[in-house]
Amino acid sequence: MRKRHLILCMVIAVLMIMPAAVFAGGRAERPAANELEIFSWWTAGGEAEGLQALIDIYNERYPEVNVINATVAGGAGAQAKAVLASRMQGGNPPDSFQVHAGQGIIATWVVEDFMEPVTFILEDNGWMDDYPADVIDIISYQGEIYSIPVNIHRSNVMWYNRSLFADNGLEPPASMAEFFQVAEQLRARGITPLAVGGTDGWEQTHLLESVLLAELGAEAYRGLWTGATAWNGTRAKAALESFLRVMEYTNPDRAALTNIDAAQYVAEGRAAMTVMGDWVHGYYLSIGHTPNEEYGWVPFPGTAGNFLMLSDTFGLPKDVPNPQNVERWLTLIASREGQDAFNPIKGSIPARTDADRSLYDAYLLSAMDDFGRDTIVPSVAHGAAASESWVTRINDVVNILVNNRNVDQAANEFQSLAQQYAR
Amino acid sequence: MIRSRKELTKAVLIVSPSIAAITVFVYGFILWSLRTSVSAWEGIRPNYTFVGLRNYARLFRSSRFQIDLWNTAYFTVFFIAVCIVFGFLLAYLINKQIRGEGFFRTVYMFPMALSFIVTGVLWRWVLNPTAGVNVLLAGLGLPSSWGWYTDTTRIGGFHLALISIIAAASWQFIGYTMAIYLAGLRSIPEQLLESARMDGANEFTIIRRIILPMLRPITLSAMIVLGHISLKIFDLVMAMTGRGPAFATDFPGVFMFETTFRGNRYGEGAAISTVMLLMVAVVIVPYLAYTFRKEHS
Repeated sequence: MRKRHLILCMVIAVLMIMPAAVFAGGRAERPAANELEIFSWWTAGGEAEGLQALIDIYNERYPEVNVINATVAGGAGAQAKAVLASRMQGGNPPDSFQVHAGQGIIATWVVEDFMEPVTFILEDNGWMDDYPADVIDIISYQGEIYSIPVNIHRSNVMWYNRSLFADNGLEPPASMAEFFQVAEQLRARGITPLAVGGTDGWEQTHLLESVLLAELGAEAYRGLWTGATAWNGTRAKAALESFLRVMEYTNPDRAALTNIDAAQYVAEGRAAMTVMGDWVHGYYLSIGHTPNEEYGWVPFPGTAGNFLMLSDTFGLPKDVPNPQNVERWLTLIASREGQDAFNPIKGSIPARTDADRSLYDAYLLSAMDDFGRDTIVPSVAHGAAASESWVTRINDVVNILVNNRNVDQAANEFQSLAQQYAR
Repeated sequence: MIRSRKELTKAVLIVSPSIAAITVFVYGFILWSLRTSVSAWEGIRPNYTFVGLRNYARLFRSSRFQIDLWNTAYFTVFFIAVCIVFGFLLAYLINKQIRGEGFFRTVYMFPMALSFIVTGVLWRWVLNPTAGVNVLLAGLGLPSSWGWYTDTTRIGGFHLALISIIAAASWQFIGYTMAIYLAGLRSIPEQLLESARMDGANEFTIIRRIILPMLRPITLSAMIVLGHISLKIFDLVMAMTGRGPAFATDFPGVFMFETTFRGNRYGEGAAISTVMLLMVAVVIVPYLAYTFRKEHS
């Protein structure tokens, strides 16, 4: 009897030690099987289907390679980023991973020497001129490109409920002054002018970046991220005041809404407008709405001619077992065929300017036209303009600002962050 | 108790694997966190350059962390108070040998079986300002424009939005508090209460003079268990509200997660977790010392 107890205890002890073995085993070298592991947070809907379309083409071209579609769900990529960080730190990088263009990859991965340059993918195929120069600029660090953008999303889009506007005899505003007039009239009629979310911490920053762009213009907006524009200067402070004024016209239950919930308020006519990236278009399609019927869109007032860009990209980590497989993957997603396979399904526009226009719907075509001729500036809420460290702290300052409405305090905090992070 | 050398060896053998595991996975990582908290590590690559208490200084200057500490203090006090008061009342009622005791016990205990994530999602919907309990209140003709966890009103450092979190957490833990009080009540000898009644004590006096003093050790352990839950609270808040408007429902655990895993500021994240550890230690260590002394006296 005693002996049996002892054996039982031993077995339990061994089981308790098991995680340690896994921990140690996690660092072991992966065998260099002929595999391609693609890591992303595209787990559902059009995103997942778009990714599968790319994988299908890859499988067709290279049947000998076993493609592993590794996805981590949750938190608009926050969970995936945490998993990715521990894999990279443990020396076990996925062959290629989804990462936001710009500082999202540069500050986090490139500066710290985790990535190989991939300029040759575009150069060898003669594709350098098929991407806008502003985009090449955003994805480059010290003259080398480090990731291939597979899609482009636009952040400065204002979506509006067409019947609410028509019933009240209003036109979508084209300038900040018009916005305030329209918002005032809507509010007088008991309609929430602007729906904003807040559960994930970045939604208000998303609105702020459009207001900053509208008030400062592209050059000064870019300067905020390079240190050339002072956050506590007169113009930036005026822009922050303007942002607070815009916030006065928003719904009080922001903290209970995601960005999609806010878009739903507009779809249901509980609010007239929302400012959000163009994944909202995909959402409206999914609930059966038609562009230019139930909903319309304009660039955020005062930002026409500017395209606030964010983009999902893939790169080539150092020390992957089969770099050739990754190069083929990057070539595929950089090609016109790859981008035209992915984007119509995902509901985004290609980063290339030579796409097959017959594949895209009315909204995407209008975004493609703007993308082709506008000034392209990086989004901060989605990691193109600033590092993750910086963005999370900006979100914190914004969260305080919209509630205590102290512009001087916020401007000084933004400025000291810029001094710490701008490069 | 241990009678022979052979038994001693056996005992040591049996506990040694868990001692080894705890040394590495608990104390080892605590030390590692301490080291990280005084390092310059920001970004993915570990950087253990010693920077002294810089991360702590930054932390205590940041308005978000100050709000977090206030939130933790208020939440802990109210959460413990609500659980203890209602837990005791329920236990007292059930102990009155009412009919269907087993049924009520199960109902009150049931929330305990859920994870905090489930509770968080549930209460997030219950207290949603446009879709939740407000609709019910409106139907009853009562005031129905409550903001619940979206409310940004702050009275003397207390965010009204915290009420929602306190409600959700208490809902889950009142049943637990009731269970341990019930066990305590059952251990009070009936003769004692009987003789008090014979002496003419009314029910209230009995509770105040006999039951509560005899349940004091139980109250203490309930406070310790609930206190360490509230000081470390993370999953409930994450699932229910996140940081909240103006950090109305932010707690050090949430701040730590966002700093470390979203902002890649590992040094500051480790500093936050060290502060959390100290807060829990302040509660737990005196309690452990107290029970240890009692066992040996």
